[in-house]
Amino acid sequence: MGRIVAGIGSSHVPAAGAAFDQGKQDAPEWKPLFDGYRPAMDWLREAHVDVAIFIYNDHGSEFFFDKYPTFAMGVAKSYPPADEGWGPRPLDPVPGDPGFSWHVAESLVRESEFDMTVCQELSVDHGLLMPLPLLWSHQPEWDIKVVPVAVNVVQHPLPTARRLWKLGQALRKAVESYPEDVRVAVLGTGGLSHQLHGERFGFRNEEWDRRFMERIVSRPEELVELSHHDYMVQGGAEAVEMIMWLGMRGAMSPEVKLVHQNYYAPMLTGMGLLLLEDTASS
Amino acid sequence: MSETRQDLAKIEGTYVFDGAQSSKGYRLNKFFFSLNRAENRAAYKEDPEALMERFGLTDWEKRKLREKDWLALAREGGANIYFMYKMGSVTGDSLQHIGAAFRGETLEEFLSTRKVKGAR
Ligand SMILES: [Fe+2]
Repeated sequence: MGRIVAGIGSSHVPAAGAAFDQGKQDAPEWKPLFDGYRPAMDWLREAHVDVAIFIYNDHGSEFFFDKYPTFAMGVAKSYPPADEGWGPRPLDPVPGDPGFSWHVAESLVRESEFDMTVCQELSVDHGLLMPLPLLWSHQPEWDIKVVPVAVNVVQHPLPTARRLWKLGQALRKAVESYPEDVRVAVLGTGGLSHQLHGERFGFRNEEWDRRFMERIVSRPEELVELSHHDYMVQGGAEAVEMIMWLGMRGAMSPEVKLVHQNYYAPMLTGMGLLLLEDTASS
Repeated sequence: MSETRQDLAKIEGTYVFDGAQSSKGYRLNKFFFSLNRAENRAAYKEDPEALMERFGLTDWEKRKLREKDWLALAREGGANIYFMYKMGSVTGDSLQHIGAAFRGETLEEFLSTRKVKGAR
């Protein structure tokens, strides 16, 4: 059967993707970020993850407001890098796993009553692509398959923090009902504190970020209770996307082991990384 | 926890991208979204007025874009920042440029509030 072996929370920052492509891993302004991912990548290699379920959001790359899904997921064979306005990143399309993905779609819709928009063609932007090559090798080819699960955290009304938590629980059910042996990591990306618009542009809150990273490990229910307004006041308007980390945590065992974390906030965004081991599977 | 739209409206210097904003900003955001395609970026660089016209932007929207009045575009125009910052690919304005303008600061003034200049 399918097993969740790891949960990962990670920021997704477009400038970090560009820095990666430009080979700035050791530049002083970027080194604390990229170095922070290395222990996670090493641990994940040993954990032999087959598929990563990415709870992320699209940023005006693939989805437009003509039809804007609250929850969408990919069932494709592969996912090309999106053109976000500066040309697609020089990365190979990321492999998918249609059989597993369709099983997840079946389970989410039928068993858990999460009515997903199901996508057979989907380009992926920095919401997925920024953390991906920092966690799994992409050369000579991708060492991971993905299932993108895109969440509307852009156009209100947004799904609630609690809804993301339940989505995580539903994903666990889907993974564990898969008949084949597959080792799965679940990721929630986005945040941490940042605000990118209005006079409050540049707002950040390191204390909130650090408390969030603590609480999501040991007291996630507290974060599930918070409203969008709470997230936006404490973390900045665009930090409301932090609710996607709750999707990851909801998919994990109640007790988890903290394997690794990193935090770096040099400019606009509090950039966090959290790697959790599922204790039910070890 | 349920919350009303009024709750969401109360954060200073923040224009929550809700249904009203998205309806108002539909044309503008569609125009920004078009910049995901290389041919539209080339078309803008060739003749910005023609691309704005093709997307049916109003005179106010065109004027605010020419003036780079990013705050008015977000606040009154319903522009979403994730879409609007794609303008940088054709005008050269970085997200920090746009952000400094939101705050009524120069880029240098804004950067002086940050720890590390190159990252974000
Ligand atoms: Fe995001």
